[in-house]
Amino acid sequence: MSNLFIPNPKEVESIHILREVAAQFEKPVLLFSGGKDSITLVRLAQKAFYPSRIPFPLLHIDTGHNFPETIEFRDQLVAELGLELIVRNVQDSIDQGKVTEERGRYASRNTLQTTTLLDAIEEFKFDACIGGARRDEEKARAKERVFSVRDDFGQWDEKNQRPELFDMLNGQIEQGQNVRVFPISNWTELDVWEYIKTENIQIPSIYFAHKREVFFRDGMIWTANEHVFREEHEQVEEKMVRFRTVGDMTCTAAVLSEATSLEDVVNEIRASTISERGARIDDKRSEAAMEKRKKVGYF
Amino acid sequence: MENRKLIKIATAGSVDDGKSTLIGRLLYDTKSLTTDKLEAIEKTSKQRGFDYLDFSLATDGLVAEREQGITIDVAHIYFNTEKTNFIVADTPGHVEYTRNMVTGASTSQVAIILIDARKGVIEQTNRHFFISNLLRMGHVVVAINKMDLVDYDEDVFLKIREDFEALVEKSDFKSEQITFIPISALKGENIAKKSDLMPWYVGNTLLDHLEVLEPEDLQQSSLARFPVQYVVRPKTEAFHDFRGFAGKLYGGNLKVGDDVTILPSFTTSKIKSIQFFDQEYSEATPGSSITITLEDEVNISRGDMLVKSSEVPHSEKSISATICQVNNKPLRVGQKYTLQHGVNRVLAKVESISSKVHTDFSGEEASDQLGLNDIGKVNFRLSKPIHFDAYTVNKANGSFILIDEGSYDTVSVGFIEI
Repeated sequence: MSNLFIPNPKEVESIHILREVAAQFEKPVLLFSGGKDSITLVRLAQKAFYPSRIPFPLLHIDTGHNFPETIEFRDQLVAELGLELIVRNVQDSIDQGKVTEERGRYASRNTLQTTTLLDAIEEFKFDACIGGARRDEEKARAKERVFSVRDDFGQWDEKNQRPELFDMLNGQIEQGQNVRVFPISNWTELDVWEYIKTENIQIPSIYFAHKREVFFRDGMIWTANEHVFREEHEQVEEKMVRFRTVGDMTCTAAVLSEATSLEDVVNEIRASTISERGARIDDKRSEAAMEKRKKVGYF
Repeated sequence: MENRKLIKIATAGSVDDGKSTLIGRLLYDTKSLTTDKLEAIEKTSKQRGFDYLDFSLATDGLVAEREQGITIDVAHIYFNTEKTNFIVADTPGHVEYTRNMVTGASTSQVAIILIDARKGVIEQTNRHFFISNLLRMGHVVVAINKMDLVDYDEDVFLKIREDFEALVEKSDFKSEQITFIPISALKGENIAKKSDLMPWYVGNTLLDHLEVLEPEDLQQSSLARFPVQYVVRPKTEAFHDFRGFAGKLYGGNLKVGDDVTILPSFTTSKIKSIQFFDQEYSEATPGSSITITLEDEVNISRGDMLVKSSEVPHSEKSISATICQVNNKPLRVGQKYTLQHGVNRVLAKVESISSKVHTDFSGEEASDQLGLNDIGKVNFRLSKPIHFDAYTVNKANGSFILIDEGSYDTVSVGFIEI
């Protein structure tokens, strides 16, 4: 038996939050993107309820434009841990005429996900959706609560948020409302990477440097792929790259990198001078991009 | 995650004290502003016709704030140095926003109170220190900013320190937990770099001070309290009879073999194991999220509390507390609320309001209600006893929130008195 348990303050805070979700809500769900943050959440949930199984399912909103490596990874993780996985497809929302596919140079299914997500929440009557968003990612996220109440339309009212005092979480909601829960709110990108390294957590291969067909636009590196709009003059080249986030292929830019191991990645993040969302094409649309998307129910 | 020291800071200052600039400066000086963010700041500063970098743009997040040029809610900002991780809860200092500072301070160990060197100690400063004292912050840094606008004059600094010390006299805050630092956030004097322009100041720069600081922590010096958050019952073949009690430990250590009493039933047992994930430990320290199993089969549910049998807390159906109202809806005598004490909920009725407290240390007055941002002394009657300590002895077990029964909003925070 080992002796004194010395907690990692950020880890125990996240575990405290996950236990509150399980205790305060009837139908929680973990929003799983296959990205490192949601993978970290799965590990934290495993720890929170051990030796019980994670007491809520995973929900993946599939844009249809995911990196295949991510989907493969997702299915493997679910099988290994015996988790329940629900997948809902943006393609279905398009086919049902609920949303219209964007066209042109910057066409992306990223914003369309919101509709599919809100429909899934209604279909399963989820009252709490656990997400891997962090406050350090973006200015609008910096003001997000741990328990963030959304109305029937999934809207976020940033001026009317419940104050969160000490570590007491108030998950009481009215019929039709739901709560977005962010257990790793207080983690930074470096925290997540260091945790993945210490815990030896498996992550999709696209996080590590690999050779890929890409093209350059607006100073960013785009994946050359059937799902990504490309002008004739935009030359495809093979480069050694990796991804810092794994969103939809159409809005996730790669970075040039030689980091092939976790150790390399952590060192690269430490030395990095570009923020993680700096490689998110969706945030570049305007200074208030994220805040606007959040107000209408984005993750 | 590497185990760096974690320091949580709440900032307080009036609208024009340069608080956002200070935070932006801390980010800049610790190289936490990434190139893309720095470029955005450069671009916007230029658009607005400034001949300097407006670091406040680094933190003012929401559209409404950018329009008004003031911070309107609590924002969290992260940066780190080689040895320490910092979390800053940036709380607005505007008159009406007592609520936000209380919120930000509740999750922080250190308060930085900003004072404009030209204005000195003003009514706002009184309020900020009042709240720091009420919440028993582990440490207060009084940052006297805009020294560049008073020619870096030592006399200005000394006068402000004297005025602030007069304030401290009126409180019961320990003066050794307060540090005064003269700074210029705009010019970066005494933030990360020691100022050549203020040779008369011999103390640490703000950043050095925050790094070496050991804030006083009430949680580490009191009695063990373990509120049960969740009962773990796997019901699998491998763990057929497993019944674990998951929760966060506050106040003191718990060890395997400790005699414990379970509240509210007052049944007793012994700790059989302390677990974190798939590891067993013989002892846990405060702040740990752990799972405990007991020697005996005891009926325990969420909201119950495990304590050492020799250290039982107060159990009462009537409590008195200092209340800070954090919602527009006023608190009135006769009103009923859900009272959440840690993870436990009971019904509470406001029996009487003893007084409304002036947040500038000028005393108190009689009042029949508490409005948003008011602080007052209130007596409650509860549907069931809660098991508590005074806030000044154990923060976690001495605080609660009130939840409105109609809107379910968090409307008040309470600090229990004995």
